[in-house]
Amino acid sequence: MFSEAELIEIEKIKKRYESPQSSLLPVLWMIQEKEGWISKDSMSYAAELLNIPYEYVLGVVSFYTMFFKKPKGKFHLQICTNVSCMLRGGYELYKYACKKLGINKEEITSDGMFSIEEVECLGSCATAPMMQVNNKEYFENLTFEKFDELIEKFKKEI
Amino acid sequence: MTKIILKDIDDLNTLEVYEANGGFSALKKVLKEMKADEVIEEVKKSGLRGRGGACFPTGLKWSFMPKVTDKPKFLCCNGDESEPGSFKDREIFERNPYQFLEGTLIACYAMGIKTAYIYIRGEYYRWINIIEECINQLYKKGYIGKNVAGSSFSTDIYIHKGAGAYICGEESALMSSIEGQRGYPRVKPPFPAQFGLWGYPTTINNIETITNIPEIINRGSKWFASVGEPKHPGTLLFGISGHINKPGVYELETGTPLMTIINEYCGGVWRGKSLKAVIPGGSSVPPLTRDEALKAKMDSESLKEFNSAIGTAGIIVMDQDTDLLEVLTRITYFYFHESCGQCTPCREGCGWMLRILRRISEGKGRMSDLDLLISVADNIEGNTICALGDAAAWPVKWTIRKFRGEFESKIQKEEIELPNINKVHSIRHTDYYT
Ligand SMILES: Cc1cc2nc3c(=O)[nH]c(=O)nc-3n(C[C@H](O)[C@H](O)[C@H](O)COP(=O)(O)O)c2cc1C
Ligand code: SF4
Ligand code: FES
Repeated sequence: MFSEAELIEIEKIKKRYESPQSSLLPVLWMIQEKEGWISKDSMSYAAELLNIPYEYVLGVVSFYTMFFKKPKGKFHLQICTNVSCMLRGGYELYKYACKKLGINKEEITSDGMFSIEEVECLGSCATAPMMQVNNKEYFENLTFEKFDELIEKFKKEI
Repeated sequence: MTKIILKDIDDLNTLEVYEANGGFSALKKVLKEMKADEVIEEVKKSGLRGRGGACFPTGLKWSFMPKVTDKPKFLCCNGDESEPGSFKDREIFERNPYQFLEGTLIACYAMGIKTAYIYIRGEYYRWINIIEECINQLYKKGYIGKNVAGSSFSTDIYIHKGAGAYICGEESALMSSIEGQRGYPRVKPPFPAQFGLWGYPTTINNIETITNIPEIINRGSKWFASVGEPKHPGTLLFGISGHINKPGVYELETGTPLMTIINEYCGGVWRGKSLKAVIPGGSSVPPLTRDEALKAKMDSESLKEFNSAIGTAGIIVMDQDTDLLEVLTRITYFYFHESCGQCTPCREGCGWMLRILRRISEGKGRMSDLDLLISVADNIEGNTICALGDAAAWPVKWTIRKFRGEFESKIQKEEIELPNINKVHSIRHTDYYT
């Protein structure tokens, strides 16, 4: 799966830690960056690469919510509904988004563009309601209008 | 108001401006003029207490690290910041990252540490990039790596990116996560200073704690000890969210009255409404009633009076129309979702509390449910490996105690027959691949 350059990168990462197993999270991050999610095959690959049992890798992947166990839409929308966001309309935004896109949790729009997830506090409580996209960029102080604009913008990006 | 971290200096987040404003003078002073022990002594005298929630004296924690050992020693800077209502470390990464890194270097020097890991929650993609860039700059400038600032002291700093798990902010779970494992907390003792990362001596400190260090060295422990409340000196980065006009992060001295923060700094409760309740330190601490909020001062000692705590200083403001049952249910869902599942009281108890709260919301509550909730909470508290159990129990126990009338009003007069169900619950134990 990994290119020569990426394998060199992994060797560098391994040197940061006292045990090779510690590179598992960084390696899983690299896999997800490449593939968009972490499949069983990817887990076998990571296990072989670091010389640890497959079951062990499975245990780690299933523990962390940011590792995707299933493919997601091109734009995976992560809307916080935890308490501070809830007080400022987090649920309203989540419901609005589900309705607008016609999907629920764990579902992907038929064109493969969007998937949605309700997430826990992202440290953006003062700028609620908010949404993270693809584990990366934050969009804060959202309104329904701003959300609509973002969706249009994402559609054009493809 | 004294500023120690979020100073009013434009572009302080760039290395040039940071250096032009005295940046790295504390590091240089320490390397040239102070022995490692003297640095620890200075931090002890300053009275600095951890900003990660437990308020443990930082100098004392540092002094637990073995001085003479042939084992490697480690520092973990805790930037997991996942407690609902907390968003202060992010502000440090953004506005004063170099002071944090300078503090990290001084901490390493004081404890004879050659490797530090900065654990940052995976969601903080943007802020991870910022810190990574800062670290690169400092390697180039010779502040990190071999012979720090030309001295005989060498140390490396690495970022370890989390992957979505609140529990990894708990210090022993954080170490598990760095070791490439599920984020399981470990039984203490042994404490990290004896048996930490890979079994070696390790110290874990919050980002804000460490960011205070350069100013303690620059301005002296006496000065620091004189800022704010003597028993909990310094400033705190208060993160204010919820029903408030000007939410955000405010650096204010410890002991500042809560209502001063709400009214003078944050423009009061939003939409001209009155206050119902305030959570003063992140979702895990017991709430304050309006009357308590009017009297409360924001430091660890003063809040004890109201059976609450300063936690991470994340203040969540709730107006008169807030449904506290809804708030408590959402908070409980969070702890249920984040329980790592190792201890039965936490894993099952969080699920029980959630189901009881939900059934009250659905109009199927009984009067006895309120005492049942408190009893489940009491049975979690103190009976678990880590403090997540307590963090889940406190809000339930104290919100019901302090606002019992509101909960009672949600319960129908007539009792409803309920089916018996018992299912083992823990989101982190679910097989996602079936
Ligand atoms: C469930 C749980 C979550 C925690 N999350 C964090 C966190 O995100 N950041 C943090 O600094 N401390 C967190 N802590 C506290 C740490 O265990 C530890 O006390 C702290 O990092 C020590 O740093 P300090 O002494 O500088 O405060 C958490 C504790 C528990 C029980
Ligand atoms: S208290 Fe909860 S989170 Fe902590 S170790 Fe036990 S089950 Fe895990
Ligand atoms: S509660 Fe939503 S970001 Fe904190």
